[in-house]
Amino acid sequence: MADHLLEVRDLSVRFHTVNGMVNAVNGISWHLDRGETLAILGESGSGKSVSASAIMNLIDMPPGEITSGEILFDGQDLLKASEEDRRRLNGKRISMIFQDPLGHLNPVYPVGWQIAETAMAHGRSKTEAYERALQLMERVGIPDAKASMGKYPHEFSGGQRQRLMIAMALVLKPDILIADEPTTALDVTVQAEVLSLLEELQEETGMGLLLITHDLGVVAEAADRAVVMEGGRIVESGTPRDLYHNAQHPYTRKLLAAAPGKGEMREGAQTSAPILEVRDLKKSYGVFDALKGANFDLHAGETLAVVGESGSGKSTIARLMLRLEEASGGTVAWKGEDILTKSPKEMGKLRRQLQMVFQDPTQSLNPHMSVYDIISEAWVIHPDILPKAKWRARVEELLEQVGLQPEHALRYPHQFSGGQRQRIAIARALALEPDLIICDEAVSALDVSIQAQVIALLGELRDRLGIAFIFIAHDLPVVRDFADRVLVMKRGEIVEQGPVRQIFEAPKQGYTQRLLAAGLDSDPDVQAERRHARLALADA
Amino acid sequence: MKKMLGKRAVSSFVSLMVLIVLVFFLSRLTGDPAALYLPVDASEAMRENFREIHGLNDPVLVQFGRYLSDLVQLDFGDSLRKARPAIDVVLESFVWTLQLALITMALVTVAAIIVGSIAAFNVGRPFDRFASVLSLIGASAPDFWIAIVGIVLFSVNFGWLPTSGTGTVWHWILPICVLFIRPFGLILQIVRGSMINALGSPYVKTARAKGVKNRPVIFVHTLRNAMLPVITVIGDQAAALLNGAVVVETIFGFPGVGKLMIDSILQRDFNVILAAIMVTAIAIFIMNILIDIAYALLDPRIRA
Amino acid sequence: MSGTTTDTTVATPGTAPKGASGLRRLFRMLWADKLAFVAILFLLVVLLSAVVGPMFLEDMAAKTNLRARNAPPFELTRGFFYILGGDALGRPLLARIIVASQNTMVIAAGAVLGSLVVGSTLGLIAGYAGRWTGEVIMRLADVIMSFPSLLLAVIVLYMLEPSIGNLVLVLAITRIPIYLRTTRAEVLEVRERMFVQAAKVMGASNRRIVFKHILPVILPTLLTIATLDFAFVMLAESALSFLGIGIQAPEITWGLMVSQGRQYLTNAWWLAFWPGLAIILTTMSLNLLSSWMRVALNPTQRWRLEIGGKKNG
Repeated sequence: MADHLLEVRDLSVRFHTVNGMVNAVNGISWHLDRGETLAILGESGSGKSVSASAIMNLIDMPPGEITSGEILFDGQDLLKASEEDRRRLNGKRISMIFQDPLGHLNPVYPVGWQIAETAMAHGRSKTEAYERALQLMERVGIPDAKASMGKYPHEFSGGQRQRLMIAMALVLKPDILIADEPTTALDVTVQAEVLSLLEELQEETGMGLLLITHDLGVVAEAADRAVVMEGGRIVESGTPRDLYHNAQHPYTRKLLAAAPGKGEMREGAQTSAPILEVRDLKKSYGVFDALKGANFDLHAGETLAVVGESGSGKSTIARLMLRLEEASGGTVAWKGEDILTKSPKEMGKLRRQLQMVFQDPTQSLNPHMSVYDIISEAWVIHPDILPKAKWRARVEELLEQVGLQPEHALRYPHQFSGGQRQRIAIARALALEPDLIICDEAVSALDVSIQAQVIALLGELRDRLGIAFIFIAHDLPVVRDFADRVLVMKRGEIVEQGPVRQIFEAPKQGYTQRLLAAGLDSDPDVQAERRHARLALADA
Repeated sequence: MKKMLGKRAVSSFVSLMVLIVLVFFLSRLTGDPAALYLPVDASEAMRENFREIHGLNDPVLVQFGRYLSDLVQLDFGDSLRKARPAIDVVLESFVWTLQLALITMALVTVAAIIVGSIAAFNVGRPFDRFASVLSLIGASAPDFWIAIVGIVLFSVNFGWLPTSGTGTVWHWILPICVLFIRPFGLILQIVRGSMINALGSPYVKTARAKGVKNRPVIFVHTLRNAMLPVITVIGDQAAALLNGAVVVETIFGFPGVGKLMIDSILQRDFNVILAAIMVTAIAIFIMNILIDIAYALLDPRIRA
Repeated sequence: MSGTTTDTTVATPGTAPKGASGLRRLFRMLWADKLAFVAILFLLVVLLSAVVGPMFLEDMAAKTNLRARNAPPFELTRGFFYILGGDALGRPLLARIIVASQNTMVIAAGAVLGSLVVGSTLGLIAGYAGRWTGEVIMRLADVIMSFPSLLLAVIVLYMLEPSIGNLVLVLAITRIPIYLRTTRAEVLEVRERMFVQAAKVMGASNRRIVFKHILPVILPTLLTIATLDFAFVMLAESALSFLGIGIQAPEITWGLMVSQGRQYLTNAWWLAFWPGLAIILTTMSLNLLSSWMRVALNPTQRWRLEIGGKKNG
């Protein structure tokens, strides 16, 4: 019977929701052995986290309901075990860490206590628990571990919080660690560090690691085996290399094809004079300098990517340029005139030339307005663009241009999927017939396959309409196929800028090199090379 | 924290000053005290004499200046009605109100937290519905009506409880019960909502994934987080009680500061009104600071 | 819950049917919450008696009848309107309660409307205008808040005559801070939302942003609070009338009726009981309506009412 450490057999879970019963997972089976890493790969809505929640007894019933299957751990069916028995396993033999460590750590208790609590909950003495907690905090690389024991979650950085979560999960040396999107909210360089930490710890303890992720790169980097989920079913499984080279199922192929960073790089050749000249642009909040003097140009029809990790000041540039915030210094010359000194009235007129597409389309569309109202608002504000009689036809035309149907005009934003919403936001920007569109992380909230479609749409619009783009992203592969030039930012400064080929193939600055090396590639072989490069950089 | 306290002290002081100015001038518009304190047939000379003694003949601005300069020396003036220092009169009745408010709020807090938490663990079940009805009635009931129905039932019909005064423990029961109802309904609702929120939070999920037992999940992880929004509401309700429960104090003949204020206004006893406002404002200020401290003790994020 | 762990809820693009007209949809949501339905019915009855009651019953409610002094309730011999008994002057209580509903409602509605309009306007200004304007408005709210509201009422009503208009004025002033603070807090939150930023990027004027993008978002909250506050204002008016500084006889409100009945408590409890019950039932209905609105007007909560009976657990 018990061939595997953990085995999920024919598990089906459904939930009562607004739209009736939803089968979250449908008869899925997988197994995990000691010392092995299994990845569950899927996009949002695929049900990839459900089996983990079932293992940990974290599904609220109701609204959840397990309709079939068994979960065998050490040969014992967990679904038949008592609540108390399952509690005894949680944290001791099977542990779990989550995506959002800030939310998942209790804000009002010191982290040292929270880590020790895992041990105390399973009967260890207070002294022993605290000793273990200290050891683990040192092991996961929290600086000044002893003093940090008494600190609270909000006093740590995102990467440190995830390390604390890991420490909390590993206090009792569990046989299995389940990691649910453990690096999704983290910067690439931090992501690489956390993944290596997990790997080292796995080698030390021999635990089985279940890695739930949406990211092919994470699979390529860390997994021994992977299962691909779509719509609550497992559509394919195998080693990362197998999946990459011999994907059978159309969905897997689609995912692989959508992975960014594989296409031709653009050879941008600007000849005209720049339409935008940014000089010494600065922003400080009190003593903190968010932007320490940015200088760059943009030419008509050109696509400039701005990449950097969180806190690099990349979004600040966009907000300052559009006067959503006031700059502390510098100039932004748009077609020769300084935007920053315009009066509100002049600025209002100018705004139609400079548009923006925001990160989260769910939030950037007013939920109380129909798609027609959202798009035509542009012409209410700037009546000289289009006479009212032509609004309806133009809205329909724009909707078609971004790949939606004319009849969508009468619907409301909540009736669309994330990718469709972002298309509406793009149509809204186009309604003003701008010369420049700033995309602030415009695709990073979308699933990979949707992401690829939206980027393709933007590329098409650029070629057809000659619009210039400033494309702000934290994700390097995304900008690789799309940008003409790239600007790399770190802590409020531009560390490097140049044509896309130069940045990707011959980066000059150490930071750019590290950023590239930390990025994860969906090809396991490429990823293996990257890892060597990264380790080499780290040693250097 | 210190900065916040300083800011709060300054803004409270400013509000209090504006309040004093407003009340000082507004109250003088209500009419001439001489008309109330002297017999109806008093001669104009007697009235003039009365006004002269109490400084009511000077221009209002001069009266105000005098009041302020006395105030700086902590002299709140005398009560016209009782011919004693106004501050003494106020403090006497404030002590009664303070006791009433403290006892009531203590009971309300304990009861609301217990009932609200139990309701949160049993969302949708009979106990939860029962708690909802309780809180609905609490929020809807006019206190004067409850008070008189209470008197009819318990004092007149059954003869169990005295109708007014403060003599014995029995005298306190009806006023406390009546005052209890509204804040109980309100806080119960907040506790329930906040507790439901906390129970569904990610850190509770973490605790369960760690294998923490049910009881500590509730009492250690949930309750402390859930109390944060509750504390603020407790503060607001306590402040309302400290301002004097005018209606209840009137009905039960309870010599608190609310009744004193109403009587003083009706009697044009200006110094007592002003002193009462200042005393209650200071009490509310102190209570708000205590609330802030409690908040900081519970939530490390706002310390520093 | 965190946004990206929505694994268990499947996105449903464009499937929500938009068929039924708004009104029918509203009715269905009301029907789903039976308590709220009853509450609305009761409030409609109160509204009806407030609007047309005095027209028909004014005379009957004012006519004294010494033979019906303190007549006990539930006796139909004197006519239907004596079903709740007669008051100290032999006037039929039911008729008086119906007539009094007009003053009670007018005062509460006037005060709520006044404070809602003034408070939310100031709140919008405080939330959207510059820091200094906002600061001044907030301090103003602090002063009003720190003023014991009954005290303010007593002073003002003592100075001016206690007419309906003045009562409305006083009650409205004391309630302004509620709307002001709520509006400002909501504006501060909503103005940072992405769709407001998007409108700004399009070049929308401040006026357009406030009225087209911010106000519709916060209006449901304000209406919900106003409903709740209606109950509160009714109670405050009743308390003032009860203390003898509100409405003066021969005008009547429910609060005043309780107050007048108080001296007959021991031998004719019904004089104070029925008007008090009217107050309770009305405030309770308003509370129920308010909590129904909290769900019905919130797009992310509305489904709870739309799936109606199929509640789980």
